[in-house]
Amino acid sequence: MSDRIKNGDGGIILTNAEDLMNWARLSSLWPMGFGLACCAIEMMATYASHYDLERFGIMPRPSPRQSDVMIVAGTVTFKMADRIRRLYEQMPEPRYVISMGSCSNCGGPYWEHGYHVVKGVDRIIPVDVYVPGCPPRPEALIGGFMKLQEKIRGEHPLAPELFLEVEEKFAVVS
Amino acid sequence: MTFQEITEVITNHFPQTKIDGDLKGPQPILILPSDAIADVCQFLHNDDRLFFDYLACITGIDNGPGLNTMELVYNLTSIPYGHDLMIKIVFPRNTECEPLPAVPTVSHIWRTADWHEREIFDLVGIHFEGHPDQRRILLPEDWEGHPLRKDYAAQDRYHGIYVKYEDGPRLAE
Repeated sequence: MSDRIKNGDGGIILTNAEDLMNWARLSSLWPMGFGLACCAIEMMATYASHYDLERFGIMPRPSPRQSDVMIVAGTVTFKMADRIRRLYEQMPEPRYVISMGSCSNCGGPYWEHGYHVVKGVDRIIPVDVYVPGCPPRPEALIGGFMKLQEKIRGEHPLAPELFLEVEEKFAVVS
Repeated sequence: MTFQEITEVITNHFPQTKIDGDLKGPQPILILPSDAIADVCQFLHNDDRLFFDYLACITGIDNGPGLNTMELVYNLTSIPYGHDLMIKIVFPRNTECEPLPAVPTVSHIWRTADWHEREIFDLVGIHFEGHPDQRRILLPEDWEGHPLRKDYAAQDRYHGIYVKYEDGPRLAE
């Protein structure tokens, strides 16, 4: 049996459409190719050969229309905030946001005296995963992607919303 | 040329202008009245003996409401002669309802002054008369106030986003 699976003669894999869809989504997360500050350097290093995000199916896209995930890598200034919000709105759903580094998590070193810095990108767009660090190492960003994949794995893209609501309402707390 | 020689050349050419020197610091400073800055700089740039062809920096300083003055410091260098000059002008500060203090531009003499003066206008709030393009350079166009002023208080919101850390509610989940 196991040999037949390995050489492709197996023929049948049993799964459900939801798992298959989730698997496909989380295995080809395309981030938007943009960076804001020093975190972007670390992000670029993560894309490059040494850490090679491509092995997770993660490759940067040059347009928000083709992107699944936005990595907010760096300080979000008020001047940039409007642009980020617009780029996020241009992304097709389902869309995800990874906030990379202290600045975009909460303002970072600019939290007190940075008159020009938005104190956390979650004030303008919803964030799915926060990656701590100043800047986070490439391993940390990869960890953030793993967390996002976990989140996608648990989603129910095909279930009717009403069903999910009812399920939540009558869930038995164990 | 030494500072003394440069000062002498300037005083001979501008007998009406009140020129002071400050020799206390590590680099002597020439102190000019603020309305003479453009004429003197034009002379410094064009004169064959001085030929200050390079404006290294302009610094804008706000001394706060206590002293109620502002300063501009010009650092000049003559690349062929290798001599330097620091010029300072001091002028009164404006209060909130008054117009910004105005100083003649030097951007027609050194192109580099264009962006320097825009930055000073943006952050310190000094208006440069005759500047070809007096806009903010770093902050967004519709920003309120000039952040490097001593009495600057950040605005409450910008485009609906709270500016201060403590009074910003998170986006509704």
